[in-house]
Amino acid sequence: MADILVVAEAAEGKLKKTTHSAVTFAQTAAKALGGSYSILVIGSGVGEAATEAASLGAAKVLVADDASLEHYLAESYAPTVADLGKSFAVVVGTASAFGKDLLPRVAARLGAGYASDISDVLTEGGKLTYKRPMFAGNAYGLCTIPTAVQVVSVRQSAFQPAEPGGSAAPVEKVSVSAAAGAAARVEFVSLDQVKNERPELAEARVVVSGGRALKERFKEVLDPLADSLNAAMGASRAACDAGYAASDLQVGQTGKVVAPQLYFAVGISGAIQHLAGMKGSKVIVAINKDAEAPIFQVADYGLVADLFTAVPELVKGIQATKS
Amino acid sequence: MKILVSLKRVADPDNANKVKIPPSGDRIDTTGLEWKPNPFDEYALEAALRLTENGQTPKVRAGEVVVVTFGAKEAETTLRAALATGADRAIRVDSTDDKLDGSTVALALKTLVEREKPDVVVMGKQAVDGDSNQVGQMLAEYLDWPMATFAATIKEEAGALLVGREVDGGVATLRVKLPAVVTVDLRIVAPTSVYSTKTAATFKYNDGVRFAALPAIMAAKKKPLVEVKLGERVSAESGALKITYSGFQAPPARKAGIKVKDVAELVQRLKTEAKVL
Ligand SMILES: Cc1cc2nc3c(=O)[nH]c(=O)nc-3n(C[C@H](O)[C@H](O)[C@H](O)COP(=O)(O)OP(=O)(O)OC[C@H]3O[C@@H](n4cnc5c(N)ncnc54)[C@H](O)[C@@H]3O)c2cc1C
Ligand SMILES: Nc1ncnc2c1ncn2[C@@H]1O[C@H](COP(=O)(O)O)[C@@H](O)[C@H]1O
Repeated sequence: MADILVVAEAAEGKLKKTTHSAVTFAQTAAKALGGSYSILVIGSGVGEAATEAASLGAAKVLVADDASLEHYLAESYAPTVADLGKSFAVVVGTASAFGKDLLPRVAARLGAGYASDISDVLTEGGKLTYKRPMFAGNAYGLCTIPTAVQVVSVRQSAFQPAEPGGSAAPVEKVSVSAAAGAAARVEFVSLDQVKNERPELAEARVVVSGGRALKERFKEVLDPLADSLNAAMGASRAACDAGYAASDLQVGQTGKVVAPQLYFAVGISGAIQHLAGMKGSKVIVAINKDAEAPIFQVADYGLVADLFTAVPELVKGIQATKS
Repeated sequence: MKILVSLKRVADPDNANKVKIPPSGDRIDTTGLEWKPNPFDEYALEAALRLTENGQTPKVRAGEVVVVTFGAKEAETTLRAALATGADRAIRVDSTDDKLDGSTVALALKTLVEREKPDVVVMGKQAVDGDSNQVGQMLAEYLDWPMATFAATIKEEAGALLVGREVDGGVATLRVKLPAVVTVDLRIVAPTSVYSTKTAATFKYNDGVRFAALPAIMAAKKKPLVEVKLGERVSAESGALKITYSGFQAPPARKAGIKVKDVAELVQRLKTEAKVL
């Protein structure tokens, strides 16, 4: 067993970009183990996603397409993933809300160990050692999984997305394993999606994040800045808790982890839980009226100013450089 | 409703005394860090208390809340604190972190669940020391129970829970029939996040977790707290770890940046120096 199984994430029939980061992991791991990688596309009406997956250099794309899988539920997905995963050395997905929910359940089903949210894989001696952030990113642990199958989720921002290319992989239909017990006792009710015209937080080149200081004017002040840079919007926990920003915009230890080219922290103090989610950004800009705010310790460019005057000025300045 | 809540005592990374890695890299040095209950487990306890009361009279428990921790004697402080905030009973499974991983905790919790027979297990979505985010999901699978992870809202229904989960892009709502496992996210402690069947729909909690009053702290000393040995009445199969750590590293330090004097300088530097505009 030297092969890797990537569990793809699909939404509305299309492949999500999260998948590409897990594929990058699979490329490294398969090479180290001397095996190949396959991609499992699971859901209902996922033909198009499977075609997309076939362009990602896998030996095979496995498709589990069934009406019973229309709405994602870990209880109904885990049996199929685990049954297929049995004959692989590593089952991997991305540590998105989907992967974090599903993969530990799959690991338990396989009696396997699970390393979550890894930021790197070391391959010395043909053995996989995982590096994972702990303590809000203040330490990295190096770990190995001794079980026959290993289950891993990768941090999306730490693995460059795999590029499509090359010849299409063969696509093979696989049967869906019966989900009993738990699956019969859970019911999907609804998925309320927050409308978001902006780039995905985890994939954007620029992220503009706001904190508690923005108050009810969060959108009014930050939208123009995000618009001027085609940026994704992010927020601190305090801003999400107060309802100034949607919960799924939270950046941090327990929210999204981002590593864009450019990150703006506006009216954010820089608590370690927030830093854990953005410290990997290439260039960090902080705007805060408190010169002692901890955010300045990680910022490449710090501006001590009142954000309500600085941000509109900044928007004008950015627009001027563009014209 | 009977609820089991797991509580981990953690070295709080949110502390002026930072986590240190000795040059040997063989461990994480937590000396000087403050030990506290994992915040997500405190939120889980708050959710469990709300599910077993009517909001108006928080001292009257409709059902039972049992708290459990896996840890050394010191972890009993965490349990006593939980008893003071309203839990009825506590169990400490004697163990230490080096003998535990997500899977062993989940397996041991399973044997405990089989004995205690709670209607629901409520716990944090992740422990903020290891940041593993796996015990709840594993426990649900080992028990063959439904689960609702990353819960932001819970509404009790007859024999079920309606749970709003924080997912990428919004909120997914599930209905899980009891018994079930629920792991909670930050916003489960907002004023209108949790309703038992006895709580009026108009009732609003204070934001955050409740604190124990002094008399409750005194009274908690008399509440039952039992110690169990791991491997005796609570066992994690062979106890073999499924994930083992061979070393630790400090994260790369970010080099300190500069303060710009005004917006004009910021724009100019972003354009010509950082070349990101
Ligand atoms: C278990 C746990 C998990 C957590 N997870 C996360 C997480 O994932 N992400 C996260 O972000 N946090 C997280 N937190 C919360 C974190 O500890 C902080 O409380 C939070 O990040 C603070 O948000 P903030 O910086 O917006 O607010 P504050 O700390 O209140 O900071 C507001 C800042 O705005 C500045 N300011 C005010 N007015 C102005 C103005 N007019 N112009 C310019 N600046 C101004 C102030 O100087 C201050 O620095 C977590 C906490 C816990 C316990
Ligand atoms: N040693 C422990 N004692 C009690 N509960 C634990 C322990 N380890 C993990 N847990 C529980 O499992 C949850 C998820 O932890 P983890 O999967 O380790 O991030 C925590 O919020 C706790 O409720």
